[in-house]
Amino acid sequence: MANWRSERTARDARIEAGRAHAEGKVVPAASVVDLLEAVLKPGDRVCLEGDNQKQADCLARGLAACDPAKVLDLHMVQSGIVLPEHLDVFETGIAKRLDYSYSGPQGGRIAKMLYGGQIELGAVHTYLELFARYFVDLTPHVALIAGVSADRDGNLYTGPNTEDTPTVVEATAFKNGVVIAQVNELVERVPRVDIPGDRVDFVVEADKPFYVEPLFTRDPAAMTETQILMAMMAIKGIYAEYAIRRLNHGIGFGTAAIELLLPTYGERLGLKGQIATHWALNPHPTLIPAIESGWVKQVHCFGSEVGMDRYIRERPDIFFTGADGSLRSNRAFCQTAGLYACDLFIGSTLQIDLMGNSSTVTTNRVAGFGGAPNMGSDPHGRRHPSDTWMKAGREAGGTGDPALRRGRKLVVQLVETFGDKLVPTFVEKLDALELARKTGLELAPVMVYADDVTHVVTEEGIANLLLCRDADDREQAIRGVAGYTEVGRGRDRAKVDELRGRGIIRRPEDLGIEPLDADRSLLAAKSIKDLVHWSGGLYEPPARFRNW
Amino acid sequence: MESLTFRHTTKTPLAGAKPLAITGVVASGNLEVLLERVLPPNACEVAVETPIGGYGDVWEAVVADFVARAQPGGLRISINDGGARPDTVSLRLLQGARLMEG
Repeated sequence: MANWRSERTARDARIEAGRAHAEGKVVPAASVVDLLEAVLKPGDRVCLEGDNQKQADCLARGLAACDPAKVLDLHMVQSGIVLPEHLDVFETGIAKRLDYSYSGPQGGRIAKMLYGGQIELGAVHTYLELFARYFVDLTPHVALIAGVSADRDGNLYTGPNTEDTPTVVEATAFKNGVVIAQVNELVERVPRVDIPGDRVDFVVEADKPFYVEPLFTRDPAAMTETQILMAMMAIKGIYAEYAIRRLNHGIGFGTAAIELLLPTYGERLGLKGQIATHWALNPHPTLIPAIESGWVKQVHCFGSEVGMDRYIRERPDIFFTGADGSLRSNRAFCQTAGLYACDLFIGSTLQIDLMGNSSTVTTNRVAGFGGAPNMGSDPHGRRHPSDTWMKAGREAGGTGDPALRRGRKLVVQLVETFGDKLVPTFVEKLDALELARKTGLELAPVMVYADDVTHVVTEEGIANLLLCRDADDREQAIRGVAGYTEVGRGRDRAKVDELRGRGIIRRPEDLGIEPLDADRSLLAAKSIKDLVHWSGGLYEPPARFRNW
Repeated sequence: MESLTFRHTTKTPLAGAKPLAITGVVASGNLEVLLERVLPPNACEVAVETPIGGYGDVWEAVVADFVARAQPGGLRISINDGGARPDTVSLRLLQGARLMEG
């Protein structure tokens, strides 16, 4: 007689073991280690909620404090490697294998541990890809998640940073897994139910509120004239040219500069209402002036941003909010929106090769990708037209009936030719290849593949790769905007002039932009304090950004 | 500290008569440029003090492009680069030339 319920039986046993440390579903913070040691089995797949922004830090500390003789060889399947504890567990043997997406703050340490063989790496995923695998071959046995508050039945309020939680819980709770939530407080009644209580098995009242990384706050005071020049070129040479309404912005200063130039430079060009109206974007503080000036129609968010909650509550026409008034974010849905419903992704990277492949992996940092490889890719599942998408498709060429030719997603890399300490952005060969060779990865961690990139924007100009017709066009188009890097100085000058004649390379002067006009006076806000003023005092920046 | 000097002959003198200008500030990733109108009208000299060695060919290319574009005849230019990137250097040089024309 086949047993069709072995997983369910195992789940019931785990919960029974955990109940010894709980009162109903509620577990005191002091008993976290006991709870985890009771519930976890060697070799379990565990999702320790480390998102792009919020962190289940109390549970992370608990896991790291478990006895490696009892809890061992775990396979961690989590989107963000952000806290030191996320890697500590690999040093003690509690965890062995890792599948993840993003590791910004731990990028240096993760590189060392990969080279040292302390981590068995499955793959560096894009968010949507990792989430997809939660439902196919990386389904968690146990999920350790974070919320703002819960009631005694386990109904969970995630607050504005819902992020990955619904996806993680869906995959775990409905496939015989155990869900353990840490919350900042236990309440009689939650402000809104983000996760229904019957999907949550244990609730831990955390010793302190969960940590949120202010990842998307860019201080306008630190913006340079070069970044402003690049933003001017992007607005005039790409946003206006393709009439881009639906878009996603990356995390860097260049795109933040674009946000701050919309109400000034964009307004002067008469583009209000024509571009940048519908967004898949975190609530970037630098978008406040554009919102307040009436540029932005709506914004769907992956997560929230520290300090933006009051502002968002007062702008429900713009943001997605719950009946309680606070933001409802959702990383999986917003990534889907960025993939299928946006016509442009624009972001930065650390290295670009001669064909346009890019990666944020360098010899001593493995920062992971986050959302860029997903939103920075051309979705072949798309079937709805837009003028932007169709125009890009026409530029890419092709033959046959136009009604059978798909459009193209615009994928723009906005990079300065040199990074910090004069490290060149343009390289002959990506460091990612060396990492793959040394660590035995079959696939090099490439962030955006060459065939997905449509434009490269640097301080020297715009390279339109859609218009390139062969590999030589493409290589010289990239060299032609690579500035004074070795790759840039290695250009074929005659070929670059020819590409400029064909409109494949466009210099600031070709766009009617005078580089000396790239001035900080163009920024709608020149400081964090200016952003607070624009928001009518609703934006409450975190302490580290307050210098007044 | 590395010191580099580049001498160029220009087709024309730089317009204007302003004898001296300074642009930029020395701070992280930024630089200071001093421009003096003290040389013959078809000569330009650019002196660079940089804390990052080994970028002589990059500097040479940046200065050559600037001279071709601005034709800064008559100027002696001193750069205290503070580790600035070439694009910033290029921008500051053009800003400086514009100030001298004004």
